[in-house]
Order: sequence, then C-alpha cells, then structure tokens
Amino acid sequence: MIDYTSLTDFGLNWLEASGPHADIVLSTRVRLARNLQGHAFSGRIRDTEREQIFERVRRACDRTPIKGGMTLDLSALAPLSRKVLLERHLISRELAGDGEESPHRGAGLVVGSRDAVGVMINEEDHLRLQVLMSGLRLREAYQTIDRLDEELGAQLPFAYHQEFGYLTSCPTNVGTGLRASILIHLPGLVLTKEIGRILQGITQVGLTFRGLYGEGSEVVGNFFQISNQTTLNKSEDDLIEHLEKIVGQVIQYEAKARRVLVRDASLVIGDKIWRAYGLLRYARSLSFDEVMNLLSGVRLGVSMNLLSGLRVYTLNKVMIYAQNAHLEQAAGRALTEVERDAHRAAYVRRVLEEEGDVPVEPPAGGDAAA
Amino acid sequence: MVCDNCGLNEAIIHLTHIEDNQVSTKHLCEDCAAEKGLQAGEASANLPLTDFLSHVGKAAPEAAAVPCPFCGLKYDEFKKAGRLGCPQCYVVFEPNLKGLLRRLHGGTQHIGKVYLPPNPTLSQQQERLAGLRRKLSKAVEREDFERAAEIRDLIRTIESAP
Repeated sequence: MIDYTSLTDFGLNWLEASGPHADIVLSTRVRLARNLQGHAFSGRIRDTEREQIFERVRRACDRTPIKGGMTLDLSALAPLSRKVLLERHLISRELAGDGEESPHRGAGLVVGSRDAVGVMINEEDHLRLQVLMSGLRLREAYQTIDRLDEELGAQLPFAYHQEFGYLTSCPTNVGTGLRASILIHLPGLVLTKEIGRILQGITQVGLTFRGLYGEGSEVVGNFFQISNQTTLNKSEDDLIEHLEKIVGQVIQYEAKARRVLVRDASLVIGDKIWRAYGLLRYARSLSFDEVMNLLSGVRLGVSMNLLSGLRVYTLNKVMIYAQNAHLEQAAGRALTEVERDAHRAAYVRRVLEEEGDVPVEPPAGGDAAA
Repeated sequence: MVCDNCGLNEAIIHLTHIEDNQVSTKHLCEDCAAEKGLQAGEASANLPLTDFLSHVGKAAPEAAAVPCPFCGLKYDEFKKAGRLGCPQCYVVFEPNLKGLLRRLHGGTQHIGKVYLPPNPTLSQQQERLAGLRRKLSKAVEREDFERAAEIRDLIRTIESAP
C-alpha cells in the first residue's frame, strides 16, 4: 500500500487559516456517530464483522462526494504513519493503536480529496463521520457532514430508535450523535486570569472544554477545545447555533482581555511576544510543549499586530509538523528524545526563516509600548 | 517543585500574575489551589461516565441480572464500562437508560434529524418529511436560503420516490 501519510499536506487543508476568526479559532470540527443495524457495537463485535463493516463503509463511501479520496486500513499501516495521522487530528487515539501495537482489525479511515472530510471506521462507533475546517465555520462544517450522512445513510442501515434517535455505543453520544468542537486560542483570558470564570460559564450552559488532543488531554499553549456536551433532546441546528453563539461571546471576552493587556501591561506583553519569537527563532533544542507555549505568544503577537511578517498559516503548520512523529518521518528514522528536541528546534528555525519576514523594529504604531 | 503555600506537596498549578507591568508567579499544590478556589484545567469539566453511573440510579436487581439477548451484555457490566453492547441494548435496558439519558441530556426524546433507512416504509417517509419540513422552516427563519433550497430539493426527491 502507498503510504499516503507521507504526502505533504494530506488532510491538512484546515491549516490554511482562511476561515473567519482564524487567528483565534484554529479549527472547527464536527463529527457524527453512526452504527450499523444488526451488529454489536465496537466493544463486543468479532473481528470478522469489523472487517465486513470496513468493506461496506468503504464501498458506500465510493458513491459519495468523498469518492476519489483515500481509504486506509489502519491495522496494516506502520506505527509511525498512524502516529502521523493522529498528530494531524485525522484519527483518534483509539484508532491509532498503542505505540507499536496495531489497532484492531477493520480499523479504517476514509478521507476525501478536498477538505478534511472523512469517516473513521470501527472506532468507538462503527462510523464516525468527521470534518475539519479552518476558523469558525460551524454551520458550513455541519452542512458538509450532513450531506455525507445523507448519502451514507441511504446506502447503509443505521441503528436508529424512534425515541432515542441514532444509537451509539456510549449513551453520551446518542440522539444526534453530533459533537461539534472548536479549537480556540485564549492567551488573553489566561493572562488576565479570567479563564477560570469563562470555562466555568461554558460548563454551565451545556458545553464542555478540554485540551488540544481530546478527552483527558492537557491544556498546552492556551489552546482549548470547546464542544457541545449533550447530543439528545435538541436538534442539530440548535446545538450548532448554541455553540456558535457561546463561542462568539468567548471571542469577544478574549478581545476585551487583550485590550486590557495592551492598556495595563503593554511592556510585559510586548516582551513576552518578542521573547517567544526569539526563542523559537534561535533556540537549538525545544520540547513540544515549549514550542506550543512559545507559539501561543507569537500567535498573540501576530493576532494583535505587535509582530508583523508572519502568517497564521505558518504558525498552524509548525503546530503540526513540529510533533514527534512528523519529525521522525522527516528524518526518515526513529529519533531519541534529545535528537527530537534538536530536530524540532532546527525545523522551527528553518520555517521561521523561510516563511517569516519579521522586522526587528516593530511596525510604526504597532507596538503599543513604543 | 514544592508548593509556595504549604511547602509540602508537589506544585502542579502555576499562576502568573501581572500587575503594573510586574510579573509574579506562584506555584501551588492541588490542595492549596483548591483552597483558593482554583482547579487544574479539566478536573471540573470531565467527570467520567463510569463515575457518574456509579453514583446514580442503581438498577433494579432483576433488571441488572438479565443480559441483552442479542449481545449478552448485562446492565451491571454497562455500569462498569460505560458502553452499551449493541443497538438492541437500548430496547432491553430502556427503563434503566431513560433516567440516565434524562440526567445526561436533560430529556430522552430525539428531536434532531429523522433517519430514512434504505428502502423505507411509507410511515418512515412521512416522519422523515415532517423532520425535513421542520429543518426547512428553521433555515428560512435564519434566512439561510441556500440551505433552504437544498432541503427543499431533498423533500422533493423523497416525495417523488415511487
């Protein structure tokens, strides 16, 4: 099998930072959980049935708009390629397998040729339809995935219950099976210590938050995922609208926090941003968490026009390509931890040099401390 | 690093404070942070379902013992793992699940998209059409005419199907 994961921008269209509010909202993700009637859910299913499901879904996808994309049998894929897919947010930890250990048979991924629209097969649910887009584009993302759901649902008999809606392995997903989430960068709220209050507010209005890499992951680099908590008892449109409204408010709070920072602590902020840039630009060894935290500072600078000559796209790209599996793939071999940090720093230096054109003196009027 | 407050436990929460261009950082352990009303990122947000399940609605003993005839899962096993075994489990364990779903989602009735299976019956078609019309009026309400046109086309396709 051709290793598609080595293709440079495979499944990474969302990095382009073209969507609305792309400097604050990195990406919008919407997924729908679906299961096939007549089969046990993933936890209690036989391998042979999993393989049948993989085949059926693959064939059904061939008759949808994502035809012409790629189908990957994850159990046959090299561990490094699976890690690359995980780092690109195209598959979940469950489908990535545990280190060298392959995921169960029938684990698959279908991805369309345009956008990151696809289907994870034999994850916690038989099908997880997903789409990833740049910026805040919840409605567009839902409509894209809804269309794919229409086409697949007309070919495959989904498990559906008159009262409970689409049936899922975990009752937290039942009903619409919809999880919409946005990945948002909130350094202003973190620095002004408003973040606790905001996150608390989010949980009180039926939404939930987590770190960058999904359930149970840590918050690094001031990136938060905000998503709907409930999936039943509300329509898809209502869930999407509600999330959109709340995220809009969070963006406003973040903007306000940034104004406060510029007003009351411009020297500190300017220094933080330039130090972050300086370290990324010249350091010889960087851990991933360090890169994420420094990128947070640089991103804030770019977003507030305190740092010019860098595109958000470049920052997004670094977030993906400076991860361990991507570095090993680029190096063509396994790397020790020490080597990884050195390769990471070298990659970041090179990208900032090639794609950045950052003047040492800030643009006129751009640096509030000047 | 030990906690700045008690000097005993490992500091896991690092607070940065800015005032008048002065930055100070405080390192706190979980207990001292909690005393100050702070908690580590996700602790408040993600209560695992299994914890939740073990605290709510004990299943009636007879229901807990009867396995799902399709996949063999017992309700007690579900309570431990937090995952159901198959679509049929929703029917078999319905009395137990309803309370849980109400607590999780605030209700038990799906009011989203109405599924139209391959080779649908007439009543399934009717139900689906009703669902699409709801969706259509929503789209018109928020003046999303492109979406409305798309839904209208879907309605026509279903209506004109033999």
